[in-house]
Amino acid sequence: MIAEFGLAALWLAAALALLQLLAGALSLTSGGEGFGGVVRPVAIVQGILSLAAFAALVLVFSQTDLSVKLVVENSHSAKPMLYKIAGAWGNHEGSMLLWVTIMGLAGGFVALVERRLPEKTMLATLAGQAFVSLGFYAFLLFASNPFARLATPPAEGNGLNPLLQDPGLAFHPPTLYIGYVGLSIAFSFAIGALITREVSPAFARAMRPWVLGAWIFLTLGITAGSFWAYYELGWGGWWFWDPVENASLMPWLAATALLHSCSVLAARNALRAWTVMLGVVAFSMSMVGTFLVRSGILTSVHAFAVDPKRGSFILVLLAIYIGGALTLFALRAATVTEGERFAVTSRESGLVFNNVMLSSVLGIVLIGTLYPLLTEAMGEKVSVGPPYFNPMAALFVVPMLLVLMVGPLLRWRQDNVGRIRKGLIVPAALLVVGVMVAIVIAPGKVLPILGLALAPALAVASLLPLRGRELRRVKLPLWGMVVAHFGIAVSLFGMASDSAFTVEKLVAVPVGGTVDVGPWQVKLGSLEPVAGPNWTALEAELQASYSGATPTMLHPQSRSFWTPPQQTNESALLTRWNGQLYTVLGEQAEDGRWQLRLWWKPFVSLIWLGGALIALGGLLALLGRVWSDLRRIIARGKIADRREGMGR
Amino acid sequence: MSESATPKTSRWALWLPLAFFGAFVGLVAWNLIHPASSDVPSRFVGQPLPQFDLPAAAEGRPGLSRADMANGKPKLLNVFASWCVPCAAESAQLAQLAAAGVEVDGIAIRDHKADLAVFLQRNGNPYARIGSDDVSAVQLAIGSSGVPESFVIDGKGVIRHQHIGVIMPDDVPKLLAKLQDAGR
Repeated sequence: MIAEFGLAALWLAAALALLQLLAGALSLTSGGEGFGGVVRPVAIVQGILSLAAFAALVLVFSQTDLSVKLVVENSHSAKPMLYKIAGAWGNHEGSMLLWVTIMGLAGGFVALVERRLPEKTMLATLAGQAFVSLGFYAFLLFASNPFARLATPPAEGNGLNPLLQDPGLAFHPPTLYIGYVGLSIAFSFAIGALITREVSPAFARAMRPWVLGAWIFLTLGITAGSFWAYYELGWGGWWFWDPVENASLMPWLAATALLHSCSVLAARNALRAWTVMLGVVAFSMSMVGTFLVRSGILTSVHAFAVDPKRGSFILVLLAIYIGGALTLFALRAATVTEGERFAVTSRESGLVFNNVMLSSVLGIVLIGTLYPLLTEAMGEKVSVGPPYFNPMAALFVVPMLLVLMVGPLLRWRQDNVGRIRKGLIVPAALLVVGVMVAIVIAPGKVLPILGLALAPALAVASLLPLRGRELRRVKLPLWGMVVAHFGIAVSLFGMASDSAFTVEKLVAVPVGGTVDVGPWQVKLGSLEPVAGPNWTALEAELQASYSGATPTMLHPQSRSFWTPPQQTNESALLTRWNGQLYTVLGEQAEDGRWQLRLWWKPFVSLIWLGGALIALGGLLALLGRVWSDLRRIIARGKIADRREGMGR
Repeated sequence: MSESATPKTSRWALWLPLAFFGAFVGLVAWNLIHPASSDVPSRFVGQPLPQFDLPAAAEGRPGLSRADMANGKPKLLNVFASWCVPCAAESAQLAQLAAAGVEVDGIAIRDHKADLAVFLQRNGNPYARIGSDDVSAVQLAIGSSGVPESFVIDGKGVIRHQHIGVIMPDDVPKLLAKLQDAGR
């Protein structure tokens, strides 16, 4: 019954999305204004119904209802409850249901609270959101029904990919999805603004919190995904320029650019067409990424739902939505005037530079991701990896970070460098010293040298906007900016340090043998079999001591899952303030010795700490914006109501 | 210091994003229609077989030389070994090919006569000739990196197709088509 309830809720939600689209579109025509009243309530109910459908799927999974095909394919009764629930979205159909649920909830939430824009723009926005949702409802209902039943239920399910059975990963997809799909709001806002030709500072201020919210989740999702790949795959790397990683990075780059251009539009009424464009691009990148991953046209370690038919379906959706939005943009953007002008030395210029650099990195990543497809079409196989991505991205990231030290100190509209020169002495000196020190301690490694030199200077420069202010009275959005920019410096230092100073050892050790890796002495103590709920493992006991200090125990495992049968290496990490010891247990060699892979990675954890700081910065900014909006809404509540009444 | 920041965008430039997107859709649509083949194209395809002359590996079947392979008739050259478990799994398919009139020749890699005899007795013997390659010399020279692998050789002794791994039942018609092509 639960599965049928979920399917019914899904159909109803799709029907309401159609109603929302039609009513919204009609309300924009002359004489159809009366339809506007139903749009917001319908959007809210649609969101609730999509959530009900998703809850039904989670329930079906938590009960391991083996008459549902999706459960059989992706779950197993012996799985721990957390992974039974996570199994609901750890597959193609479930994750697409999560997609429409987030779209529905985001649309409903906007319909419930967003009242700053002219009602017509809001109706166009909600109609746009419904239009996009509708395609994904169709995709679910016609090509990926998550609630399909089996005529003869088997006795047991196939289980979930063991690599995905990890607490971090249980929440990684929903986090990323909230980010990806949350950007649909920016997309719909852009469409709404283009339709009603209402690109204004108010538009930017209305859109910004939604973009910020999605961006926070995207940042957290990417950070968590990178950390998961780092400790779960047992390769010791944290970013592989894999197509799926790129698919998450591209919307993030676009959303980051959008956040910055939003603040120009909100504060100065400039970059109008550009901001709208980014609003379209950000969610388009989410959709393109999803398409590339799901269609299987790119080879990736994440290719978990490869099906060319689904690929064609999503491609048609892409063509309709992105093609439609870009056509609308081309038709309408000429009528959107560029807005206020500004001098070369100004906050706006800094933000324009940021936008150009972020867009360039986006272009670099997009080209690198698609290039294998291009050569494949010409009959040649290539793979594009770090030797392309790292230097090409650095080409734009390094100048961007240099400008980042100065940009936030500049005033809007017009400024002169002389005014801020004094504050920049410390970061500039740090930069020069940093380059010299880095060349000495990491000779010949260009990118790590740049990173090691830039990070301390950037860390100091990111704090400069607080200089001369009374800290207690600094507003939350400014704190947010400072924390996020500081987070970039922290993360950059971790990346540079990891690639400059990592020590790697791949050795075969007898039980009782000792290996030196960096400042550590690691002794292979013993090997014991251990068992979990759906796996057995061989667990090594490693005694690691830092420069002869009292040893700490580490327990890396070589784990065997039985449904589906698969071997995984569970690495064991030992984190100290100055780095991480990373240990992986390998196979037993013929002579009885055990393979161990050991890394000492100085300051590597700063990569994810920085990512978390960037997200925290976003959160502070969001709280600040929402707080001031709330106060304004309460103050102007009556005026807004009156204006809305007149609008009808 | 008051230059204008962004010059007024010309109309055609506004269509550029759509044009780029159109190119993207075209590219991926092409790739969807022509799914990437998962096999790695061998540099040896199109190359003539190297000179070799292998002694017989089993009783009752002659050895194998390059001259035997280039006698005007296309053949299937199967690289296998008695110690290779997957090789036993393709025996039915090899028999099917042999029954269809294909001459199947074998190269036994690093094998022992006694073991090979047991293997052939248990799994059938579809081979016309079996050469014994004790040091993988011929295997490496024709670009085979493991067992089982099968090569379609045309009448002039040129490698026309390389099949890596076990021949599955649905590979049989594909191989027959390749052999027919090689016969033309």
